[in-house]
Amino acid sequence: MPPIVEINALRKAYASGFEALKGVDLSIEEGEILALLGPNGAGKTTLISTVCGITTATSGAVSVGGHDTVRDFRAARSMIGLVPQEINLEPFEKVQNTVKFSRGLFGQTPDPALIEKILRQLSLWDKRDAQIRELSGGMKRRVLIAKALSHEPRVLFLDEPTAGVDVELRRDMWEIVAELKRDGVTIILTTHYIEEAEAIADRIGVIASGEILLVEDKDKLMARMGKKELEVQLSAPITAIPDSLASDALRLNEDGTALIYTYDTRSERTGITKLLAEVAAAGLTLRDVVTRQSSLEDIFVGLVHEGDAP
Amino acid sequence: MNWTAVKSIYLFEMTRFFRTITQSFISPVLSTSLYFVVFGAAIGSRIQEVEGVSYAAFIVPGLIMLSVITQSISNASFGIYFPKFIGTIFELLSAPVNFLEIVMGYVGAAATKALFIGVIILLTAFLFVDFEIQHPIAMVGFLVLTCISFALMGFIIGIWAGNFEQLQLVPLLIITPLVFLGGSFYSISMLPPVWQVISHFNPVVYLISGFRWSFFGTADVPIGLSLFAITGFTTLCLGVIWWIFKTGWRIRQ
Ligand SMILES: Nc1ncnc2c1ncn2[C@@H]1O[C@H](COP(=O)(O)OP(=O)(O)OP(=O)(O)O)[C@@H](O)[C@H]1O
Ligand SMILES: [Mg+2]
Repeated sequence: MPPIVEINALRKAYASGFEALKGVDLSIEEGEILALLGPNGAGKTTLISTVCGITTATSGAVSVGGHDTVRDFRAARSMIGLVPQEINLEPFEKVQNTVKFSRGLFGQTPDPALIEKILRQLSLWDKRDAQIRELSGGMKRRVLIAKALSHEPRVLFLDEPTAGVDVELRRDMWEIVAELKRDGVTIILTTHYIEEAEAIADRIGVIASGEILLVEDKDKLMARMGKKELEVQLSAPITAIPDSLASDALRLNEDGTALIYTYDTRSERTGITKLLAEVAAAGLTLRDVVTRQSSLEDIFVGLVHEGDAP
Repeated sequence: MNWTAVKSIYLFEMTRFFRTITQSFISPVLSTSLYFVVFGAAIGSRIQEVEGVSYAAFIVPGLIMLSVITQSISNASFGIYFPKFIGTIFELLSAPVNFLEIVMGYVGAAATKALFIGVIILLTAFLFVDFEIQHPIAMVGFLVLTCISFALMGFIIGIWAGNFEQLQLVPLLIITPLVFLGGSFYSISMLPPVWQVISHFNPVVYLISGFRWSFFGTADVPIGLSLFAITGFTTLCLGVIWWIFKTGWRIRQ
């Protein structure tokens, strides 16, 4: 199956001359959730805006569902829903009116039942007749989502959907994203919360200074780059690692109650069996053993800093 | 054509209008009533008939044009400036609509509002003055065309404006003088010859003249020329808007 979103050699230089996208290539498969991670100013919003028609590309091409976003903009844009990073809403408008307006703007006939479903799903039904300015920040963000969903997009762009949203709401949002995925909607989201990408994405893209540094399956990425830690908790604290155990991979935690062993999940031999045997031989008694996978955050920070290097 | 989108924009804009309907009507009705009292009754009683029409009646078409032109411009310029200002324009830019549909929605709504006000003023005028409309169909035609063409111009101003001052400046600096000097309150033939010549460069003269012709059958310039002028002006505005959306000038980065 051809990718649903295809971005080819996309460049964007703003009027100031600043090049925010430096030749981005990206293919997004139908039905997947792609998380775009990147530091502030990386070009995430610019990338999304260019795909959606808010900014014009300097060169390169984008197609959505096989339709070129410039030549065949109607067909392409009809498939796209966009939740922008900034909360841009008409303060004096009623919640359900703006949502209905979005549906109409995308050329769809009114569907009150669908609008009700979306508003309920986003816990906005009680606020449907409230003016936007009467809503809290998190509610406004949900109104933006409702607007984007109102015309049943096949591809949904979420530009930092959970920025400034409380923990509970963030989980609700993830739930909604999961449900949309079940309906076959392709989702591209940008986020600064790595745990968010870890929790919901199928693939992860990392972008910095207008270039895609990497796009990979989340699981593969974590497996490839992930280091694991084995924490060997001791029954009695020790002051130093016994000489027989000394190695670069092993360190003692601060209060001397646990040995921490770092190993690579990729390697054939992790060295765990040997370690545990040696620990026993050194006469230490174990209380518990815990393993920890390094988080995406570590991977991300590592990558972006690599990109910084000259 | 995405007619659903046109309708949505139009109705959305009209809702905004109806939300502030009292505000929208009170000020033009009040100011026109004042014009009638001051120019029509007080000063007008000392002015002899102009081209066979009482002065109070003579200024009716001009007053309507004055309001309709200012209203069309301010409605349309604000209508498109506001989404730009608060950022909701992103939705228009990312929607499957072309420039013509956006224009039809916004300009249509702005023109409708101006038309409403024009009609209200006409009705108010009947309270103060006695007059008849000789060519009602032409009158409506002129009124509608004026609303549309100046709403188009307002739309351009709204896109051009970078802040609220600029949004108000153009109507104040350019439109008001053009309208006042366009023969709202006098016939061009009453001016000294030099000014008569200069007046012919003022596009508003052709509108007011044609509009007045539809009331009283007399005009400063031939009616055909008036029609030509307003059609040309509308086409020009449409061309500029087409260019704006083609190049993304001031709306797309
Ligand atoms: N309208 C503009 N004119 C000029 N430069 C711009 C404009 N918009 C963005 N930029 C620049 O382009 C770069 C990328 O901006 P962009 O908003 O795409 O970043 P981002 O990855 O979304 O960042 P954030 O995480 O902060 O939202 C930044 O350096 C920014 O200053
Ligand atoms: Mg951004």
